[in-house]
Amino acid sequence: MIIDESTLSLIYLVVLMAFLGVELIGHVPSVLHTPLMSGANAIHGVVIIGSIIVMGIADDTLSMVLGFLAVVLGTLNVVGGFVVTNRMLEMFRRKP
Amino acid sequence: MIDGLLPILYLIASVTFILGIKMLGSPKTARAGNLVAAAGMVIAIVGTIVLYRHNGQPLHNVTWILAALAVGTAIGWVMAMRVKMTAMPQMVSFFNGMGGACAALISILEYKSAIAGGLAASTGHSLATMAGLIIGAVSFSGSIIAYLKLEDRLGDIRFGAQQLVNNGLLVATIAVGAAMVIGSMSGISTLYILTAMALVFGILFVLPIGGADMPVVISLLNSFTGVAAACGGFLYDNMVMLIGGILVGSAGTILTVVMCNSMNRSLLNVLIGNFGGAASGASSGGSSAGSYREVSAADAAVMMAYAKQVVIVPGYGLAVAQAQHVCHQLEHELEGKGVTVKYAIHPVAGRMPGHMNVLLAEADVAYDKLVEMEEINSEFPTTDVVLVVGANDVVNPAAKTDPTSPIYGMPILDAELSRQVIIMKRSMKAGYAGIDNELFYRPNAAMLFGDAKASLTALVNEVKQV
Repeated sequence: MIIDESTLSLIYLVVLMAFLGVELIGHVPSVLHTPLMSGANAIHGVVIIGSIIVMGIADDTLSMVLGFLAVVLGTLNVVGGFVVTNRMLEMFRRKP
Repeated sequence: MIDGLLPILYLIASVTFILGIKMLGSPKTARAGNLVAAAGMVIAIVGTIVLYRHNGQPLHNVTWILAALAVGTAIGWVMAMRVKMTAMPQMVSFFNGMGGACAALISILEYKSAIAGGLAASTGHSLATMAGLIIGAVSFSGSIIAYLKLEDRLGDIRFGAQQLVNNGLLVATIAVGAAMVIGSMSGISTLYILTAMALVFGILFVLPIGGADMPVVISLLNSFTGVAAACGGFLYDNMVMLIGGILVGSAGTILTVVMCNSMNRSLLNVLIGNFGGAASGASSGGSSAGSYREVSAADAAVMMAYAKQVVIVPGYGLAVAQAQHVCHQLEHELEGKGVTVKYAIHPVAGRMPGHMNVLLAEADVAYDKLVEMEEINSEFPTTDVVLVVGANDVVNPAAKTDPTSPIYGMPILDAELSRQVIIMKRSMKAGYAGIDNELFYRPNAAMLFGDAKASLTALVNEVKQV
């Protein structure tokens, strides 16, 4: 089986990130589970980068339409995700 | 110079994601963490638009890209600002579905252009395309079903041999996907069929799951979308997509497992065991024998005003009635009479872990008054009055005593051990898990029927007059 170098480094990255994700979540109080899920939800909105790339190299109408839709949906994920998380967390602010 | 800049921007964005998730894990830094991750996202998006090169060429259609960003931002912002705090869980599910749909669309477009280019894509490339398509599509349709269910626009739908159908469809979907990867099946129409199969699987997968398990499903679908985003990262050798996606995929999976643990269930049990369990629960419920006692707001107010300690157990009923502010007012009135008031927070109270904390924090309830289950349970025997506001399953003693109950084994709040339990409910109807609660028929329990907000308002007025 032949794996080229760049694929191999991607695989390294995936494995290390998987462990990092586990470590990051390990000791979170249950109070913060909902905001954390919501924040993570916003972060996977990074999929928008892919949609920007497909939109940017699209050259026929159907691809343009689908690409446009993909960017809109990705943006919804990013913006909605961060704003909702922020609104939730605003409520944890202690009054002086 | 320009060639090297984008990877560095991606690295910065990746670090903000890691920091953001880390900071979201502590109440003090959570808000800043969210903003840090958001800033990283802006860097990654702007960097991609300006600096990305495809075969040496900058991206075209930039006007359209900016237009799409503007449309998405406007809609997302308005939706996120308008949504009520009670509807947060389904909003998260909805936005998660959008991310899944985005990932699926990327795969479709990628496959289209691979066909048009006539190039034989590498196995790794096809694998990432198909995995992104299937996972993204399942995440999309599943999230939308979860959204509709939490909005109460859709009930639990179960039919005979459902599990068989689901598993069969899952195997078929993966088989077609695999055939597309190795090339024994191909063509754009096959791809559309595969998409449809994945979408239908997502629907069927979430449809029968009900009750308190929806948060677990949303968390699981959240990690699915993370993995789908990472598939996109493989497609374009894009580090920031890969890192962000895998981080969420792994963190989301752990969060899902933690949630299951707090209900004393395994993930498999939630996803599969639930079907049978819920059916038997319905039959053991029904019109349970025993009589319950009703109490008037005036009597309840007297009991509480003369108590040393009152523990309030908030549940989803508090959230739907938007009664958190008047609940805080009641706490204030009681404390004015020298009563110690605490809130007992069950890990899965409401429809999501932390749901109650968010709501009560909105009403300015002090953070240290919210006591988690492990700590408050030892205090119930010395508590005079427990006021259950729109909660049900989390105080159901059947979780400890009845091995046939679908919630058997879930840790509960031992409200039954206190001297007096007052349960505020709209009616005697069963809770979200669809099972009867024997606590209501105990001699130390009394029911106060009505909408949580109206009943609490009545209580506040009565307490004032004591």
